[in-house]
Amino acid sequence: MKKSYFGEFGGQFVPELLMPPLLEIEEAMEKIIPTKAFQAELAALLADYVGRPSPLYLCPNLSKRLGVNLWLKREDLNHTGAHKINNTMGQGLLTKYMGKSVLLAETGAGQHGVATATAAAMLGLQCTVYMGAEDVRRQSHNVRRMHLLGAQVVPVQSGTKTLKDAINAALRVWIADQETTHYCFGTAAGPHPFPTLVRLFQSVISREAKAQFQEKIGKLPDYVVACVGGGSNAIGMFHEFVPHPGVKLIGVEAAGTGQPGCYHSAPLSLGRPGVLHGAVSMLLQTEDGQIMPSHSIAPGLDYPGVGPEHAHLQKTGRARYDTVNDTGALRAFSALCREEGIIPALESCHAVAWVLEHAHELPPGCHVAVCLSGRGDKDLGIIEEYLEKGGTL
Amino acid sequence: MSQSVLTTRIREAAARGKKALIPFLPGGFPDKERFFTELDMLDAGGADIIEIGVPFSDPVADGPTVEQASLDCLINGTCLSWILYELAKRKGRYRAALVLMGYYNPFLQYGLDKLGEDMSDAGVSGCIVPDLPLEESGPLRQALVAHGVDVICLVGLNTPIERMKAYAKTARGFVYFVSVLGTTGVRESLPEKIKSRLADVRKVFDLPVALGFGIKTPQQLAQFGDLIDAAVFGSALIDHIRAGGDSASFMARWA
Repeated sequence: MKKSYFGEFGGQFVPELLMPPLLEIEEAMEKIIPTKAFQAELAALLADYVGRPSPLYLCPNLSKRLGVNLWLKREDLNHTGAHKINNTMGQGLLTKYMGKSVLLAETGAGQHGVATATAAAMLGLQCTVYMGAEDVRRQSHNVRRMHLLGAQVVPVQSGTKTLKDAINAALRVWIADQETTHYCFGTAAGPHPFPTLVRLFQSVISREAKAQFQEKIGKLPDYVVACVGGGSNAIGMFHEFVPHPGVKLIGVEAAGTGQPGCYHSAPLSLGRPGVLHGAVSMLLQTEDGQIMPSHSIAPGLDYPGVGPEHAHLQKTGRARYDTVNDTGALRAFSALCREEGIIPALESCHAVAWVLEHAHELPPGCHVAVCLSGRGDKDLGIIEEYLEKGGTL
Repeated sequence: MSQSVLTTRIREAAARGKKALIPFLPGGFPDKERFFTELDMLDAGGADIIEIGVPFSDPVADGPTVEQASLDCLINGTCLSWILYELAKRKGRYRAALVLMGYYNPFLQYGLDKLGEDMSDAGVSGCIVPDLPLEESGPLRQALVAHGVDVICLVGLNTPIERMKAYAKTARGFVYFVSVLGTTGVRESLPEKIKSRLADVRKVFDLPVALGFGIKTPQQLAQFGDLIDAAVFGSALIDHIRAGGDSASFMARWA
């Protein structure tokens, strides 16, 4: 198997002009990341700046109601409020070691943009973030945060004006600026080596969780659950558990409104293999290979593709992928707010909702670990709009 | 293996003392009917090879001009099957050789197993796939080679000699040299470094060389002398048609 592939998924479907910078990153991954100096500096940043390790928390009230032990891996407590910072600190530091001065990023909801802008400010790098014009409008709060952090935010007017178009724009700019610029890709998708690079920095989640479970219950959890958009928090939460077949891995995709004919964001459950953004993976596409728009109430899950390693984990049966719709996610949002005093990101709510919807099928008293990938402050506008339209929590 | 039609067309232009002209027109542009009128004009106007764009929703190697044209064509209902079907009806009509230029996913979804035969039936001699570097090009090349359809390799300012040599092992038709570190779209001036890199291409490849991306006027080509054999121009032609012109008046400038 080629090292750029996970089974039949992955690869490097990019213009030839992007091969040299991709090969450069691959070389940096081999030569820089394993060094003691890099590892020590990253460990210190994760501990003192990001606030790791993040707690593993047993939800007392929901566990009692559901009859299973519901554990949350609290990535929402990281600096900037989500798991995204694990990746941007890693890639940001790597950028410095590579001698480049600019971090380039795409962002959908703005969480990766904020995390990249944060890393850039802290590490003394310049930062440019490409964001679909439609997302700039919907997520203006995060645009303001990026501005405060000193980043330049460029609205992307082409195509559907959302995340996929922001990635196209960032790839185009990277072709021209590759000498000075590192493309800080936000999720475990894109051309090789990004899926591996992002997993490398996100797998701190499962590395910690595994040790925390050993310490708290003396064994590994029975289920590990995470939401999947591009798939970075999920691959980070799964990675260390993959070699342990007793741990069931559940990825949860967004089913959108769940109405027939409505767009959704569930390429693993409802898509077909195809090539987008440099990799062959599961994809929402038309009969003749055009990429379809996606939808989810959770902006961070709103993407027509998915990281190739998830497609591989699905194909081999190692992980199972299910869907949760907007209503299910909102129900989980309400449950965590009212019963546990935690305001979760709507993305992470999809993973929590899976547990709420499947608890009755799970063995009583089993241990279920959910990656609570982000906090929900960013989603207040969406929640308020939902309530104004007559929705209830 | 016999010489590629694409190589032949470019060599024929050279024998007449000319750079081969390779206009690019997105399939179904400016609309599905007029597209074939424009194609006739390009052919009659002296095109040696015509590049027909297969539209894709996410064209990462293209600038705004080609991207917008591509999205317009998708809205018009242009797709690979339509292009191949319509070209098959006109097989033998064009003096110019035809190549398809498009991103990999539409070709992949069409089915590599039937693509070679259908391209050949449509009179298409090659394809240019800008998101298919050497490492990923094997399956497409294998699918097309048996039908005499070439997969054109693209190299650029930042392609190391070693990679060029690797491309040269399987390259057919011609070599497409990307003149800028960037996307398609006209530039007022082209990078200085092109000449030294074109000299490298000459050393490594035994095929004609076409220069593309960023080319606006015939005058821009003069500086490259014998370093190139052909020029590709796309955005300039699209702009000309959008401004009310047609392919006949456009080609008159270049012939």
